[in-house]
Amino acid sequence: MTNTADFLLTVDGLSILRGPRYLCRDLEFSARAGALVHVRGPNGSGKTSLMRTLAGLALAESGSIKWFGQPLKSSNAEQRANFAYLGHANGLKSGLTPRENLRFSAALNDGDTWKTIDTVLEKLDVLKQANLPCRFLSAGQKRRVAFARIANSTRTVWLLDEPFTCLDATGIASVTGLIGEKLKQGGLVIMSSHQEIPLISDRLVQVNLESVQ
Amino acid sequence: MSTLPTLRAVVSRDLLLYVRRPGEWLTPLMFFVMVTLVFPLGLSPDPVMLATIAPGLIWVAALLASLVSLNVLFGPDFDDGALEELVLSEESLTLIALARVFAHWLVTGLPLVILAPFMAVFFGFPEAGREYLVITLLLGTPVLSLLGAIGAALTVSLRAGGMLVPILILPLAVPVLIFGAKGVALAVDGEVVSGPLYMLGFLLALGLSLGPLAIAGALRISLE
Repeated sequence: MTNTADFLLTVDGLSILRGPRYLCRDLEFSARAGALVHVRGPNGSGKTSLMRTLAGLALAESGSIKWFGQPLKSSNAEQRANFAYLGHANGLKSGLTPRENLRFSAALNDGDTWKTIDTVLEKLDVLKQANLPCRFLSAGQKRRVAFARIANSTRTVWLLDEPFTCLDATGIASVTGLIGEKLKQGGLVIMSSHQEIPLISDRLVQVNLESVQ
Repeated sequence: MSTLPTLRAVVSRDLLLYVRRPGEWLTPLMFFVMVTLVFPLGLSPDPVMLATIAPGLIWVAALLASLVSLNVLFGPDFDDGALEELVLSEESLTLIALARVFAHWLVTGLPLVILAPFMAVFFGFPEAGREYLVITLLLGTPVLSLLGAIGAALTVSLRAGGMLVPILILPLAVPVLIFGAKGVALAVDGEVVSGPLYMLGFLLALGLSLGPLAIAGALRISLE
């Protein structure tokens, strides 16, 4: 039996109930540092619910999620501080500029810094828009800024729910590049995507969700 | 943990957003001004009668204005996903909730406290009561904001949540209204005001200590 403490994250027998239906049943996977977990499945198969459960926003019906072998609790601020979550909604205030949005996120989370904001925005090619209120940005640019918020985060695990939505080819390439950097630094990236992800990690974990009957 | 800088960042972000979208908080203020302006015009211009009903009327207008202002407290953040980020912060959600209610009170509650003595002029309000009108509102409007925030947090994920908040909150807000209006009325009559003031202070202490906990819990439930 493998020691669960070797793994950053171990999911065991996880079942998620949404309304009257089970979205996933007895889901199992585990991931070491530097791993990319690719969550796949048709629409409505529970990818977002799985992400929200891992982020601690929703409760699982049964099963366990372990962080370094310890049960992950959404009330445990210390554990929660390891997860950065990018949901379907971008989490940007339309009245604030990208730079202001990122500064606020950095202030919200210990260890994050203002200094790297411009670098990250430049890598995602939205530095020119850094002082423009987000409501003037296109959907793709907003998605880039939303990802920049995660990329600027020092948290170990990135939970990305469809990070490529609205992005063009260069956008996808820059996001993939930043994910690759994170993995090299020993981070863990869990993402849902319908697209094939270019092989950027030798530790790829595939999680396939089945469609709900 | 750097609690204070984080809370300061929450308050200043909220204030910046309020400055950029003044319509959100000017609407309840205008509502307060309109209600207090229109009542003396609609009623008989008898100064004695107006002065008698003024404390209650101004307090009712303040209560309604604070209810009107609630939909901007958590609604926009729920829609654009910013609320999830707040919940996932390692900072205590209870303190973040308190900071957000404070920022909201600064733009919706405090202006009522400042405007009230001017609106009192329209009722031929006696000099004696004006000071206590300010004091009772200063103690009472934060309680209304905290109570309202609980309702707003509970209903933020519901489509027709806006209608539900007053129903949830009004029973809890009634003591604030009664003691606030009574305090002013006693001051107008030249009697001892300390009783209602103590009660308002007690409600404020209760709201400040337990309110943020309830708001944080309600936000977590709403996001699930």
